[in-house]
Amino acid sequence: MEERKPLSEQEKVIEINGLYKSFGNYHVLRGVDLELYKRENLVVLGKSGTGKSVLIKIVVGLLTPDRGEVKVLNQHVDQITYKELLALRLKVGFSFQNSALYDSMTVRENLIFPLVRNQRKLTKSEITSAVEEMLDAVGLLHTINQMPSELSGGQRKRIGIARTLILRPEIMLYDEPTAGLDPITCLEINNLINEVQERFHTSSIIITHDLTCAKAVGNRVAMLLDGKFERQGTFEDVFNTSDDRVKPFYDYNFIQ
Amino acid sequence: MEIKDEVKSPGKISRTFITLYDVFQFMGRFFKEGFLPPYEGKELMKQCYDIGYRSLALISLTGFITGIVFTKQSRPSLAEFGATSWLPSLVGIALLRTLAPLLTSLIAAGKVGSSIGAELGSMRVTEQIDAMEVSATNPFKFLVTTRVLASTITIPILTFYTAMVGMLGALLNVSLSEGTSAKAFFQSSLESITFLDITASTIKAVIFGFTIGMVGCYQGYNSSKGTEGVGKAANSAVVIGMFLIFIEEVVSVQFFGLFRT
Ligand SMILES: Nc1ncnc2c1ncn2[C@@H]1O[C@H](COP(=O)(O)OP(=O)(O)OP(=O)(O)O)[C@@H](O)[C@H]1O
Ligand SMILES: [Mg+2]
Repeated sequence: MEERKPLSEQEKVIEINGLYKSFGNYHVLRGVDLELYKRENLVVLGKSGTGKSVLIKIVVGLLTPDRGEVKVLNQHVDQITYKELLALRLKVGFSFQNSALYDSMTVRENLIFPLVRNQRKLTKSEITSAVEEMLDAVGLLHTINQMPSELSGGQRKRIGIARTLILRPEIMLYDEPTAGLDPITCLEINNLINEVQERFHTSSIIITHDLTCAKAVGNRVAMLLDGKFERQGTFEDVFNTSDDRVKPFYDYNFIQ
Repeated sequence: MEIKDEVKSPGKISRTFITLYDVFQFMGRFFKEGFLPPYEGKELMKQCYDIGYRSLALISLTGFITGIVFTKQSRPSLAEFGATSWLPSLVGIALLRTLAPLLTSLIAAGKVGSSIGAELGSMRVTEQIDAMEVSATNPFKFLVTTRVLASTITIPILTFYTAMVGMLGALLNVSLSEGTSAKAFFQSSLESITFLDITASTIKAVIFGFTIGMVGCYQGYNSSKGTEGVGKAANSAVVIGMFLIFIEEVVSVQFFGLFRT
């Protein structure tokens, strides 16, 4: 597999400083610092329950931070009005861990939903071609008239990604895009993520447990440990350690 | 997982006030955002159709049977005074003023309220509402505003439909017992119905409809995570909806009574 390197880009699209978040007495995030640079793929690793999903939900304003600074495209997410937040969300795509497809709508309607509500001037044929182009990009044009309940897990993931991409976001947040999928589908999704980066010039955060995926798509890797990013850098930087909290990740994925 | 719950949970009374505050905020949001563009006309039509379609069969049956039974049960008391000819107007007034609005709303609270609660609840649990949020659309507008408006519009229409069907039931009973003709029946029942009766029932039905939609949406939209949350949302939508309808009925009877002297 070809090794991916950090980009030389220096423009930050996401900047998180000293972020804290707890639920009741359970302190999930304890001083998170993180940057996402323009056009890079940043992989976020971490044990289940360490708050990876919470982190990116804070980035899109679904959850509010207790303390700390979260800047997305130079806007403070927790200090802007709801209207400004909606405008910002247009530029940030979020693919859910469980896909979160609208289960009362067909695949076509799922993709049309965000499109017509944000670009009211589109004609019928422009909408149709945008939907078909996006479904083609994720290789699922043939499912266009199916209901989400008729799709497999991997197909649902890809439709979820397509629904997010149709708004042409500048930033993509993928929550465990390959979890629970077979190796071949994982490969397809990895390729899709890289293709998105190249074709739409997006900057992305990819949350995953899957180191093969991490290696295949990440320009940079960050590992969430005990509520902080203690290890960041290239794949080697992160895993070249004897830390007991890190080694099992590597061993499980790569040692026969 | 070590989620220790040492934060003092608020007592029952303050919890009630917190919930009340929440509900008013929710209602405030409806009035603030509901009437601003963009409008979700297509979804509104779909919801109106759904509500009507869902409750029509049950409402027809209940209305018809109520008409028959109410007429039959009222006959002996009126017969004592030799006043069975008053039956059509008695039934007409009873149906229009109270029976139709109440029956329709209680049935709708059961069928419509619970299904709105369950639908929005499961959308909350499966993060579909969050998905709308992050795709830069306002889910409140698409889901809540349309459903509340739909039930506010549809319940009054269904109420008059119930009254109509109830009258047909009454007619059936009266024509079998007294041989009254349909023309005579409707003439005498419509004569005793006033403009105030129609206005009062419409206002009442609008309030009931608003209540059903609001309670169902509030419960579903704020449903807790987990499948158990969905069941709870559906259940409390029905219980709270019916409870509020009874309170509103009592209050409105008092209120409209002021105009009837
Ligand atoms: N809305 C919420 N209310 C209360 N607790 C929450 C909420 N969201 C998340 N949590 C808690 O925060 C912790 C972190 O959750 P999160 O979903 O971010 O984990 P994760 O790192 O994404 O794990 P996984 O890899 O399993 O998806 C969990 O213990 C969870 O119980
Ligand atoms: Mg997660």
